[in-house]
Amino acid sequence: MLAELSDRQWLWCAGALYTVGLLRGTVSVVRGGHLSPAFMYFTILAGYVLQFVGLGIRGHATGGCPLGNQFEIFQFTAWSAITLYLVVGVQFRSSLMGYFTSCLGSALTIVSLSIPEWDAVRRTHIFGGNPWIELHAALAIFSYGVFGLLALSSILFLLRHYSLKSKHLGGWFSFLPSIRDLDHIEVRLLGAGLALLTLALVFGAVYWSKDTATVDHAKLAATVAVWAGSVAAFLLRAVGRLLSRRFAWACLALFAAALLSLEAVDVSRHPGARPASQVRAP
Amino acid sequence: MSEPCLFVIGATHHNVPLEVREKLAVSNEAALRESLSRVPSLKEIAILATCNRVEFYGVGLDEKAADSVQAAYCAMQRFEVCDFEKIRISLTGREAALHLFEVASGLDSQLLGENEIFGQVKEAYAAAQARGSAGAVLNRVFQKAFQAAKHVRTNTGISAGTVSVANVAVDLASNIFGSLDGVRILVLGTGEIGEGTARAFRSRGAADLAVASRTPEHAAGVAAGLGAGTVPFEEREHRIADCDIVVCSTSAPSTVLSTAAIHAAMRRRPARPLLLIDMAMPRDVEASAADLQNVFLYNLDDLAKIAEQSRAAREAEAQRCRTLLAERADSLWRHVQERLAAMRVNGADAGPAAPPPR
Repeated sequence: MLAELSDRQWLWCAGALYTVGLLRGTVSVVRGGHLSPAFMYFTILAGYVLQFVGLGIRGHATGGCPLGNQFEIFQFTAWSAITLYLVVGVQFRSSLMGYFTSCLGSALTIVSLSIPEWDAVRRTHIFGGNPWIELHAALAIFSYGVFGLLALSSILFLLRHYSLKSKHLGGWFSFLPSIRDLDHIEVRLLGAGLALLTLALVFGAVYWSKDTATVDHAKLAATVAVWAGSVAAFLLRAVGRLLSRRFAWACLALFAAALLSLEAVDVSRHPGARPASQVRAP
Repeated sequence: MSEPCLFVIGATHHNVPLEVREKLAVSNEAALRESLSRVPSLKEIAILATCNRVEFYGVGLDEKAADSVQAAYCAMQRFEVCDFEKIRISLTGREAALHLFEVASGLDSQLLGENEIFGQVKEAYAAAQARGSAGAVLNRVFQKAFQAAKHVRTNTGISAGTVSVANVAVDLASNIFGSLDGVRILVLGTGEIGEGTARAFRSRGAADLAVASRTPEHAAGVAAGLGAGTVPFEEREHRIADCDIVVCSTSAPSTVLSTAAIHAAMRRRPARPLLLIDMAMPRDVEASAADLQNVFLYNLDDLAKIAEQSRAAREAEAQRCRTLLAERADSLWRHVQERLAAMRVNGADAGPAAPPPR
């Protein structure tokens, strides 16, 4: 019976589990009760496994990393962010990080599943059998997932900053990590996201340099703008010019810019722009 | 006909914000005692002055004694009497005794059930005894207050899980720094509260402590007890840049850390947060420092508000305590009335009992 489930059905189940985490966390937060880190972690882990299966089926069908349309890009971004959370989240000592990760996972998966137009056209073999381009795309979207987790850390930082400045430390503020830990997490995530995006751009540049005619200018401009923004934020933070709340807001803006740039990436995949075959979704 | 009476008059954290308490803080207790010794109808007096309250427990030959004490105090503080009357507490007879019972028991404290106030009341009583300004009535009232406080602390859960200002400060620091390993702490002032806070930090893993005091010998003594280093008081503002936490509890009459100095220090370490815990009265740190980026300034009222969050668990016990204390206050009041009656018979021509301060 499970074998008969389609990729979208697996992804719906994953989205439902992320939403369970979101709702359970919201109830705890509203009631001022205890947020169980273990419950959050294993709910997200279960959703992650289902999403992995769903994306695996989709990837098998499309003949590569499933990044052929807006729906797949959003799903892959959510999966990337949750991968990182599952690897490093246990060290955050924060059930709120799990809560916000479930929010992000739920939002990205449910929204993308709810807009059929995003998955109306399924492109197969979009990388033309070139593994470097596939790696470029996977790394770029993975870096956006890292920026997603960075955005969550920034939200936690802003909440902790508010609680300390307003001197409200009780209730669900008590679940937040220390502000110094959050600052360190932000810097590391920004560094990791920047490194991944840089690698992605390097791989992409090698390919583009061989065939500049295929480069879509809007996509290139959007991606380079996100990369430049990341570099600027990282350098300004390193020299102490972008700190505390302003740094957190900059990280949030970076993730918003990354999400917006996905539109340009998707538009660049018009027929003829790249040798890819299209399949109308059933 | 005028009646000898037991009274308490003063101002506490309940009705008086921190900024006003600073103006009411007794800076020259000797001069105040001298002034009170000239109040003709005042037989006995004890002054309880802490960060959160200034209270005068007295026995007067008539009801005007309390007003005279108030006038002398307001004159000393350059505080308008009419303004003081809006914020003061003024109790007489049994209610005054019951109030002292509750104060000594920690029921009237900002941190419900805290223990430090018991020692402070004992000190106030010891000072009054040493100066000969505590007579038969105050002796009995204070002794009974101590007994009552011990009784409720032993027989109720009012002190169970009690938070102290020091522990609140340490918890606050963990919200900013996480682990206290490697956190550098500077303690300004060598008072009991500052030293207690430093000990609390030490017990939670902070290893890098330094003490500075306006009296270097005091700093050396406290530092030796803590296993900490010392810093010349004059270098305090320069040293902020090297610290993560500064605990201030000096008795300086004005601020000892200016916003400009803190701003200059932060320019040298902008990415590291700085926690300033100001436990002094009057305050040691300029309030505007709280607006600086990466600076977190907490004063006594802020710490008390945080501690309030654990108050609910002890609130039920507090009601039980009040019932116990009221029974004891009734019993005491019957005895005190007899002494006041004796005073009425014998003391009509008695002069002020409180001698000049030594």
